[in-house]
Amino acid sequence: MQPAQLNLTRHSVRLASETDFAGWRDAARRLALNEIRPEDIGWQVEPGSDGTDLPNVPGGAQLVVPRDFIAHAETVFCHSDPGRFAFLYRLLWRLRTEPNLLAIASDVDTKRLETMEKAVRRDSHKMHAFVRFRKIGDGAGERYVAWFEPDHFIVERNADFFVRRFTGMRWTILTPHASADWDGERLAIGPGAAKGDAPAQDDTETLWRTYFENIFNPARLKVKAMQKEMPKKYWRNLPEASLIPELIAGADKAAIDMIAKMPTTPAPHHAKVQARHWPKVPEAAEPEEFGTIAGLREAAKGCRRCPLWRDATQTVFGEGPDDARVVFVGEQPGDQEDLAGKPFVGPAGKVFDSILADAQVDRQKVYVTNAVKHFKFEPRGKRRIHSRPNAGEVQACRWWVDKELEMIKPDLVVALGATAALSLLGKAIPVTKMRGQVIEREDGLRVFITIHPSFILRIQDLAEKETERERFLHDMKQVKRLMAA
Amino acid sequence: MSALPVREKLAILSDAAKYDASCASSGSAKRDSLKSGGIGSTEGMGICHSYAPDGRCISLLKILLTNFCIYDCSYCINRSSSNVRRARFTVDEVVKLTMDFYRRNYIEGLFLSSGVIRSPDETMGEMVEVARRLRLDEKFGGYIHLKTIPESSAELVEKAGLYADRLSINVELPTDEGVKRLAPEKKPETIRLSMASLRRKIEEKAEPTLRTKKRERFAPGGQSTQMIIGADKTSDDGILHTSARLYGSYHLRRVYYSAFSPIPDASSSLPLQKPPLMREHRLYQADWLMRFYGFSQPEILAGSSDGMLDLAIDPKLAWALRNRGRFPVDINRADRETLLRVPGLGTKVIAKILETRRHRRLRLEDVGRLCHSITKLRPFIIAEGWSPGALTDKAGLRDKIVRSCEQLSLF
Repeated sequence: MQPAQLNLTRHSVRLASETDFAGWRDAARRLALNEIRPEDIGWQVEPGSDGTDLPNVPGGAQLVVPRDFIAHAETVFCHSDPGRFAFLYRLLWRLRTEPNLLAIASDVDTKRLETMEKAVRRDSHKMHAFVRFRKIGDGAGERYVAWFEPDHFIVERNADFFVRRFTGMRWTILTPHASADWDGERLAIGPGAAKGDAPAQDDTETLWRTYFENIFNPARLKVKAMQKEMPKKYWRNLPEASLIPELIAGADKAAIDMIAKMPTTPAPHHAKVQARHWPKVPEAAEPEEFGTIAGLREAAKGCRRCPLWRDATQTVFGEGPDDARVVFVGEQPGDQEDLAGKPFVGPAGKVFDSILADAQVDRQKVYVTNAVKHFKFEPRGKRRIHSRPNAGEVQACRWWVDKELEMIKPDLVVALGATAALSLLGKAIPVTKMRGQVIEREDGLRVFITIHPSFILRIQDLAEKETERERFLHDMKQVKRLMAA
Repeated sequence: MSALPVREKLAILSDAAKYDASCASSGSAKRDSLKSGGIGSTEGMGICHSYAPDGRCISLLKILLTNFCIYDCSYCINRSSSNVRRARFTVDEVVKLTMDFYRRNYIEGLFLSSGVIRSPDETMGEMVEVARRLRLDEKFGGYIHLKTIPESSAELVEKAGLYADRLSINVELPTDEGVKRLAPEKKPETIRLSMASLRRKIEEKAEPTLRTKKRERFAPGGQSTQMIIGADKTSDDGILHTSARLYGSYHLRRVYYSAFSPIPDASSSLPLQKPPLMREHRLYQADWLMRFYGFSQPEILAGSSDGMLDLAIDPKLAWALRNRGRFPVDINRADRETLLRVPGLGTKVIAKILETRRHRRLRLEDVGRLCHSITKLRPFIIAEGWSPGALTDKAGLRDKIVRSCEQLSLF
């Protein structure tokens, strides 16, 4: 057979049904490989016919199309537009010489493909949403039957969704084009039906309508928004839709009534509820003396000395024995500390713990706390980016640090990083330069200066990281010696 | 009270839930009933099974277990001083209603909330029991959203996470001061702590266990919250600040904004007016800018005089008009981050632009074919054969766009 001759004939393709994608695919393949131009083909649906006079595939010929074309074509094939067979063939025809066509969203044919695909998907989605089953029979004879009128030929395509969802139920969905039936084990696709074939009502619809009526808030009437998502064409098969006109008509009055209804006297049981569950307790004045660290911790929960409490989850107070010989002061709680309400439980805390263990400092015997007790951060998407507390915040929180030290009376305080040093010494000092030194405050308290363990955490280079870890371990060993002294 | 027929209870307890904004049923793990032989599936995307005339989707059976409540939050119809009719569902009734509705394909699942009666633990315990019965006795695979009661015990919350797809805790109002004033018995501190512990629990359970290497199922749809807008004086900037904090701190999937709606028998401490629906809409748009468009919270309203979102135009357009120095953007060359800042371009359209321009240069009309309307876009982009010239910096640009949008909406 010579292509030149074939071009003179107009080819007629007869598909077995509106959804005979396999038939179309086979025909399209044969035609395209024989160089038959789109305008020379007529496509029809003729049930019972067998495709007939299609040319054979020339020996060795292969048709290559982009992988995603088939998926797009299968979807668009369900569209009710009778021109879809020819349109898809034209796309196939173009794809042979323009393999990137589907990636060019601004092309007219690609755009049309997308629009048709969207229509099918939307119709499928609406079928998932608006099919309403009605129950017939009871016990062993219980079945659920629905009548639905889709715009496109989507029953076959959607049946699996209903199988996955209603596996433990026997159901049938009837539409004008086709029907789907699930008996609990097997899915059967059958011919179309009429509305009268489905049950006319279901007792549960009364309850459903009650729900629909009452979940609607008349003060928020937005009819257009509703109709955009639930077009009127679907209403005739939705049991709740017949309520809509009345709800809309009454909405304004209902809303005005709601607003106009003046506040009334409290319900009769209200006083009893208040007395029983919310007895009025006079607000206790903030005590000047807290007595213990526990009392201090309790009082710090409601701290409003600076605005950092607003964004943080909770105050993260110091932790450890209240007669500890050494107190470690960090900068501020981080993300994990803020959630847990405990200091040094995040990544930097883990580094700190492991180095303390290596230095043979008993973590149970030391008190750890922070210069600032609330987490300061910038939210960025789902993360919180630590931001450094300013001098004012450090100053405000120093009140708590002083109280902690006053009560514990340690032999030594370790300032971990610049913020801690600022809090403990009242002025900014160059930490890296003064690292390892002990500064004696006016009140006699000795302050050991070192870096914050999070510094080690941030180093990318492994060798450098190890060096810094060693240096910090050396500092901690020195702290241990000072403790003993 | 138990003598009330189910239909009357349903009327009372769905009316009591209609002020709640959230109805989403998306974002959970995929699940179907093929293996269990039961009923119900979730396929990632939620389905809206109906729409109320207020334009809101109905996806879940959204009801209260009871509207008896010991709290007296002035914005809430169920507060203890309210004269509303009261009712209380039994666990059986909720389970049966959910299954009956689900089998008829009316709903995606259940969103159960409740007034607090007697004690938080007692109420929470009953809600968990509903979820347990649905999952285990009924082999129910649909969506379950439980509104957690902040004061309830950690064990109950853990159980809830076992059966529910999503858990939520309402922050109620954008500021702690607002909560203290309008919900005097609620404690903002407790609400934060509950959200923090829920985030920790979700993260802990997301780690594969050592023994089985399998992840335990725990609230796969994450946690969400809701705040009431317009009941106090917080500005939009303040509201968005709170949202940014909540997203960052507790990894919420969604923050819902619920325009304060007048309620019958309202407390006198509240504004009696129609709910600020447009404001609510603009807040959702701004929320999207934070979650999907790479905007940081402070920049959304930076440079605005009153910290309020413009009601006439969307927040991205308003931002672009305040930041004209960054425009026009070359549609054929700009990177994704830059394109996300262009008014009128959504994430999907941008994906198409990026894909298309690998093969050919885009003209203005090509862009027009990809997005809804070119009106908003024109002053802010350069395309093949198109440059906005002085249009970008024109003084009356805002009014011109507002007017053309209005004209369009007439048709």
